[in-house]
Amino acid sequence: MDKLRIRFEKAGKAAYISHLDLMHVVQRVFLRAGTPLKYSEGFNPHPQLSICVPLPLGMESGCELMDFRVTRDIDAAALPGELNAVSPEGLRFIECYEPQRKASEIKWLRCAGIYEYDAGAPEASALEGFYSRGSVPVLRRTKRGEGVLELAGNVRDFTAAPCEGGLRVECAVSAAEPSVNPELLVRALEQNEPGLRPDFASWRRLEFYDKDMTAFR
Amino acid sequence: MDKRLRRILPTVQKPARYTGGEYNEIIKDKRSVKLRMAFCFPDTYEIGMSNLGMRILYGCINAVPEFWCERVFAPWGDMAEAMRRENIPLYALESGDPVADFDVLGFSLGYEMAYCTVLDMLDMAGLPLRSEERTELVPLVFAGGTSICNPEPMAPFMDLMALGEGEELDIEILRLFQKARDEGWTKRAFLLEAAKIPGVYVPSLYEPVYNDDGTLAEMKALPGAPEKVTKRIVADLDAAYYPTNPIVPSTEVVHDRVNVELFRGCVRGCRFCQAGYAYRPIRARSPQKLIEQGIEAVRNTGCQEATLLSLSSSDYRNLGEVCDGLLDYCEPRNVSLSLPSLRADNFSMELMSRLQKVRRGGLTFAPEAGTQRLRDVINKNVTEEELLNTCRIAFEGGWSGIKLYFMLGLPTETDEDVVGIAELADRVLHTWRQHSPNKQRGVRITVSTSCFIPKPHSPFQWEPQVTMDEYRRRVNLLRGSIRARNVQYNWHDADTSFIEAALSRGDRRVGGVIEAAWRRGARMEAWSDYFDFKRWLAAFADCGLDPAFYATRERGEGERLPWDRIDMGVRRDILLRERHRAYRAELSPDCRAQCSACGAAALLPKGVKCDG
Repeated sequence: MDKLRIRFEKAGKAAYISHLDLMHVVQRVFLRAGTPLKYSEGFNPHPQLSICVPLPLGMESGCELMDFRVTRDIDAAALPGELNAVSPEGLRFIECYEPQRKASEIKWLRCAGIYEYDAGAPEASALEGFYSRGSVPVLRRTKRGEGVLELAGNVRDFTAAPCEGGLRVECAVSAAEPSVNPELLVRALEQNEPGLRPDFASWRRLEFYDKDMTAFR
Repeated sequence: MDKRLRRILPTVQKPARYTGGEYNEIIKDKRSVKLRMAFCFPDTYEIGMSNLGMRILYGCINAVPEFWCERVFAPWGDMAEAMRRENIPLYALESGDPVADFDVLGFSLGYEMAYCTVLDMLDMAGLPLRSEERTELVPLVFAGGTSICNPEPMAPFMDLMALGEGEELDIEILRLFQKARDEGWTKRAFLLEAAKIPGVYVPSLYEPVYNDDGTLAEMKALPGAPEKVTKRIVADLDAAYYPTNPIVPSTEVVHDRVNVELFRGCVRGCRFCQAGYAYRPIRARSPQKLIEQGIEAVRNTGCQEATLLSLSSSDYRNLGEVCDGLLDYCEPRNVSLSLPSLRADNFSMELMSRLQKVRRGGLTFAPEAGTQRLRDVINKNVTEEELLNTCRIAFEGGWSGIKLYFMLGLPTETDEDVVGIAELADRVLHTWRQHSPNKQRGVRITVSTSCFIPKPHSPFQWEPQVTMDEYRRRVNLLRGSIRARNVQYNWHDADTSFIEAALSRGDRRVGGVIEAAWRRGARMEAWSDYFDFKRWLAAFADCGLDPAFYATRERGEGERLPWDRIDMGVRRDILLRERHRAYRAELSPDCRAQCSACGAAALLPKGVKCDG
């Protein structure tokens, strides 16, 4: 068993570490912990690390998954503790195991958001009503240019409840084909229902699911 | 995290620069520490975190249990703008607390073009810029670093300046300050007492007096001011603090690697080089200590690169031993070892190929001048034969890229010397044609020139800088002389060099220019993104001063210089002697061939010898 998967949290100050920087950070965490990471062959060897679903900069997550390879058997149960002892603030490893399923089976992502309204929040039901419309188009910019993404069908189980400073929302978004950045939910408000637009929104990933809404780990 | 900050971080470039929280960052309980210092670096996180001096002092001050030293960097333009818009004051990375709440702000001044950023940081912190406007004892604002060996341009803004190496001096200053604060001294009483600490320059205790022609008549020492302030050094590097547990940045910085500091000072005595004179005497770490520190730091950081630092690494006596010791640890772990600052003369290809087992970088040499005559003028003891010989070995070893650094505008330079640079590059190219085992790969020779800037405390401190028009003419002359396609030519722009020269040898009035430039929007002037030449000219005009007076005017050998109160260890008559030898193109032997009795050894305690 040289393939392993580790589940970790990336939150607080660590939320601002970019995906590219994170690869570098994690590599050094492994090196400090003395984990026998497997390196690629070749002129410029690099460790074989891969993050299942890259996390947008600034977003927190309690359910990140990363696959990696080691050169010899290690005590997977002990690994998170060893890594946490040498990790930067906000990065916390939860569990390590041999992956039973391929990352390509990931389909849904549950996330929670805080919509901050400085001048008072709207009714939770107004937001729930908006996201359950038959069509919620959002204009987004991708590498291929601007395009309209339909959120209806790609966002499900949206709930909202009052909390300090605004509303706490929760929903599942499509994580693959298409992959929906939860920030698009706010963009959709800006474009379609500006009166409901929060002054600021922050998001946290909670759990990945497969197409049958069974938790994926 | 502050709500306003949380809202702006997602909108700025590279927000990880502004959060702290990196591995090995030092967090203390602010209620139990006795003194809080903000170590302020007047440039970006990426530059500041690459600075060895800052890392040494950060660890060294934090090694005192009752002191907590935190880091503060200058935010990039987008962040600075957002912070001002949202009224977020400058804060320290570790605690996130506003800098104005700290007991002490210590600025690291390594280069003149960062001066405006210091003022901008003070302003972002909400503090008055000038020392005289900050009437209370707390917070104390002081500065250290190489560029304050001429303390006068920044004198109006600093309560005191710490000259030389800070490991011991900073702690002494902080301890005295702690006592003064606890006992409720006035700021003036503290500064008078601080002036008694060797190495401390208190600008308010000196008053510049000017002649009618604008030159300095005198730096008048007021009551309580020492006649001379002598820089401090750490005598025993093996016993000195060294960070083997450095912070590991979570985002890309300029030099993201473990630093192994071989020695301080330089035996060579190149006459243009401020560091070569100002960092004396020579003090080396023992090979055992270096290997130990290097391995420990690699283990503690997980860095994949370590570098051996000094002004001239090939002059370290036990270089082979240190490299072997570190390679034994690094090689099996895929950690590469790099060795900058090699001289072309005693360059050892055997050593380089040993290092290159792991990964290969480029080769860079700095002949500084194109002809032997001019290299003799500046006392750069490298011959063309040695350089070409080194290049031959490098090409035979499979290298296919060489960078050559030169200066234009050196004293006595003629057109022949300028064209000599192109001829030297041609000869390097010819060497490649003769000796490269693999010509299909091609070769890349890069020639870079900068404009010579005369610096305080070097033998050329009296020299005029060439005018910018003249510098540009020489750049064009050289451009026209480089014809080979494989030779690429880069040159540093004239405007920045001119302003840097004016700031570098400025007097206290130049402080007014720095402030005027800042008021006109100058910050981060070391970045071409932000540097604005016209703004500087306007700032000089605001103060009724001419930058040429400072940059391109030759100083009389009898003239009072703004930094005359500062003793960096090397005697003035040695600097003068070197200047005169330069005019005769006469070489001085390096310190190991023959000690010049420059005076720096007097900084060492009795019984300790200079390693020169």
